[in-house]
Amino acid sequence: MTKRIIPVTRRGVLKGGSALAGAAALAPTIFVRGAWAEDFRNNPGSAGSVKLGFNVPQTGPYADEGADELRAYLLAVKHLNGEGDGGMLNTMTPKSLKGNGILGKKVEYVTGDTQTKSDAARASAKRMIEKDGVLMVTGGSSSGVAIAVQGLCQEMGIIFMAGLTHSNDTTGKDKRRYGFRHFFNAYMSGAALGPVLEKEYGKERRAYHLTADYTWGWTQEESMRKFTEGFGWETVAAVKTPVGAGDFSQYITPVLNSGADVLVLNHYGKDMINSLTQAVQFGLRDKQVNGKQFEIVVPLFSRLMAQGAGDAIKGILGSTNWNWSLQDEGSKAFVKSFGQEYGAPPSMAAHTCYVQTLLYANACEMAGTFYPPEVIKALEGFKFDGMGNGPTEYRAADHQCFKDVLVVRGNENPSSQFDLLKVVQQTPRSQVEYDPAIFGGELGPYKV
Amino acid sequence: MSVSPSPKKELATIAIFTVAVLAMPIWLAPIGAAYPDLLQKFAIFGIFAIGFNILFGLTGYLSFGHAAFLGVGSYTAVWSFKLLTMNVLPAVIFGTVLAGLFAVLIGYVSLRRSGIYFSILTLAFAQMSYNLAYSVLTPITNGETGLQLTQQDPRIIDSMFVEAGAGLPSTTLFGLKMSGYPGFYFCAVVLIIGFWISLKIFNSPFGMKLKAIKSNQTRMGYTGFNTRPYLLVAFVISGMYAGLAGSLMAATDPLAGAERMQWTASGEVVLMTILGGVGTLIGPLLGAGVIKYFENIFSSYNENVLHQIFAALPDPLEDAVVAVTSLFVGEGWHLTLGTLFMVIVIFLPGGIVEGARRLKSLVLRPTVRKYGFKTDQPTTRS
Repeated sequence: MTKRIIPVTRRGVLKGGSALAGAAALAPTIFVRGAWAEDFRNNPGSAGSVKLGFNVPQTGPYADEGADELRAYLLAVKHLNGEGDGGMLNTMTPKSLKGNGILGKKVEYVTGDTQTKSDAARASAKRMIEKDGVLMVTGGSSSGVAIAVQGLCQEMGIIFMAGLTHSNDTTGKDKRRYGFRHFFNAYMSGAALGPVLEKEYGKERRAYHLTADYTWGWTQEESMRKFTEGFGWETVAAVKTPVGAGDFSQYITPVLNSGADVLVLNHYGKDMINSLTQAVQFGLRDKQVNGKQFEIVVPLFSRLMAQGAGDAIKGILGSTNWNWSLQDEGSKAFVKSFGQEYGAPPSMAAHTCYVQTLLYANACEMAGTFYPPEVIKALEGFKFDGMGNGPTEYRAADHQCFKDVLVVRGNENPSSQFDLLKVVQQTPRSQVEYDPAIFGGELGPYKV
Repeated sequence: MSVSPSPKKELATIAIFTVAVLAMPIWLAPIGAAYPDLLQKFAIFGIFAIGFNILFGLTGYLSFGHAAFLGVGSYTAVWSFKLLTMNVLPAVIFGTVLAGLFAVLIGYVSLRRSGIYFSILTLAFAQMSYNLAYSVLTPITNGETGLQLTQQDPRIIDSMFVEAGAGLPSTTLFGLKMSGYPGFYFCAVVLIIGFWISLKIFNSPFGMKLKAIKSNQTRMGYTGFNTRPYLLVAFVISGMYAGLAGSLMAATDPLAGAERMQWTASGEVVLMTILGGVGTLIGPLLGAGVIKYFENIFSSYNENVLHQIFAALPDPLEDAVVAVTSLFVGEGWHLTLGTLFMVIVIFLPGGIVEGARRLKSLVLRPTVRKYGFKTDQPTTRS
């Protein structure tokens, strides 16, 4: 006889078997729990709170922007719940929000890391939707991620309020019914920046593009070429560089011998910091080419990047969605409460994320429900003011916000460590507007 | 030499495995991992790791480029959704087959070398594939943005039978939507089949030859075996597992991005296998589960959540504990994983499986078995 290690008895088998059977009988009810009670995904029903999902890059080349976005989201949650000084809740018009959460329910949140990778961002968004039961997903600092998550949210029937995404595709060929973008896009950058470039640098220039190799970079380059070539600039070459390359010297050396006299850096985040710093170190800005001073242009600028690039940004032209130095009531209120909370002024990424959260909450109040199709209808065509950039409209045809665009220049004599960008021109909304049909794409159905 | 186990024992292993996998939504619920997306990831990366283990665990050839096959599987599957039909079966079959063909090519070249040179060669090929997918082959892969479905896709087979709906179609298995729990159960069934095949390979004469290659390839050669065909077959099989995993990823979420082929993704599966236990049947699966759990759950903790967890502690202590632990969650989840990995490699070289075995022997204290068989065979089966 060998000694049994695990004694198996008839009684034990019966007990285990009945437990398994019980679990099996229970299992289906776990999976379909609530399926009959809800007409849409993650319906909060009579719960006292609602959850929002903040999906931002916490690692990778856009991590700085992600950190600032998260700060803005937390501030927005505070203000929505009636804590703090209320920020833009005091300046927004028209406003349905009451400062007691959304539709009387307290706002809670979950966070996730997009890693600036489509896969990771979608996994993180799925966790928020499937596990945490969020009603809305927002965030992101890359158009690739925004488009990927937007597609997912359409499938899942969850509203996506895009964070910082600047590609034309987000509300162009990849637009979705459940996706909304407050941020401006590459086309608007080109339309606003073009005339300033013409005025500053003349009609006869030879431009060299370095472009981040993904949807944002592509459309940014396309828009910049469209507008600069429109008034006579010549594009010498356009070179694609991988995202997060770190070292751009191999891409910058050829610029020196290309005969170009303008370098356009279609880069963002740490990429832009690296490529700009290296371009300046290579002495590009001290050169005379074709009898003209060599210039560098960064079409999409942000204060966080300017901070990273240090002295390299002085005098460089670019465009931005929003800057903390704006003097309208909404911007002032937001900068004040953000500064009190975190001791630094907000970046444009923080601004757009804060506004997006408020706009979603406000749309729910307007619709009187969390039911996504109704919330979407409330947002479509919504005209508002008092949130920076003057009067703004969420265009119904492509879910893109239209507002004034800022052309900025790196400040030569900053008065503080945050005073890095000087507004050259506030381009009126009418100058950057376009026909939604030029980019194609379809929004898709309200009900999924 | 270990004698191959009786069919009865094999059947019992499979039965237990099946129950455990299918019941995952129940027993993973207490640790917050029972939601469809993560369960799908467990199953899919389980398949990936099992396949990787057939190469690494049995032959000892460490491939650092398996993510390339994962990517090929994903891209193939998405193209099958775009061109043919939203049914997942053709996508999975094409993805697996194409990854297999790709593995023949890479394996044929790489297996001319062994050891570190083999690893470097596979790494080079994978990195090459990644860069191709990332920039050169943009028309096929859509570069960094990733390949996605669009409204205008032809979907030849589907359009013959049904009118296209207003929104994007979702992946199906003959009408059953492949997102959420149905998607998980589909992956789980594939995982069980994959596990069964791997079990068969482990216990077959072929598996024995692979193990012989691991222990002494030169001696294998002297006894008259040409080892390269065996290696190539093992390489292709494990490449097909990776392709299968990749196509399942696309089946549950129709999107393919180049980052799936990056060397970090290849490294991940190596980590999974080592963490779980190289050469054991179940180890890689456990490793895959642990890594995916860390990636998805630990990364989602923020200070708010931590404060809730430690709310019972007195306030100053709570703040201190939160301040320390917050370094290890959220964006710091890599730190936790790294620490765990170090602890396991240093103290439990056989991975989680060895840990479990030691624990078992500690609890049960088995006496020396009859016939004098050794109880501790570290690298055969669990």
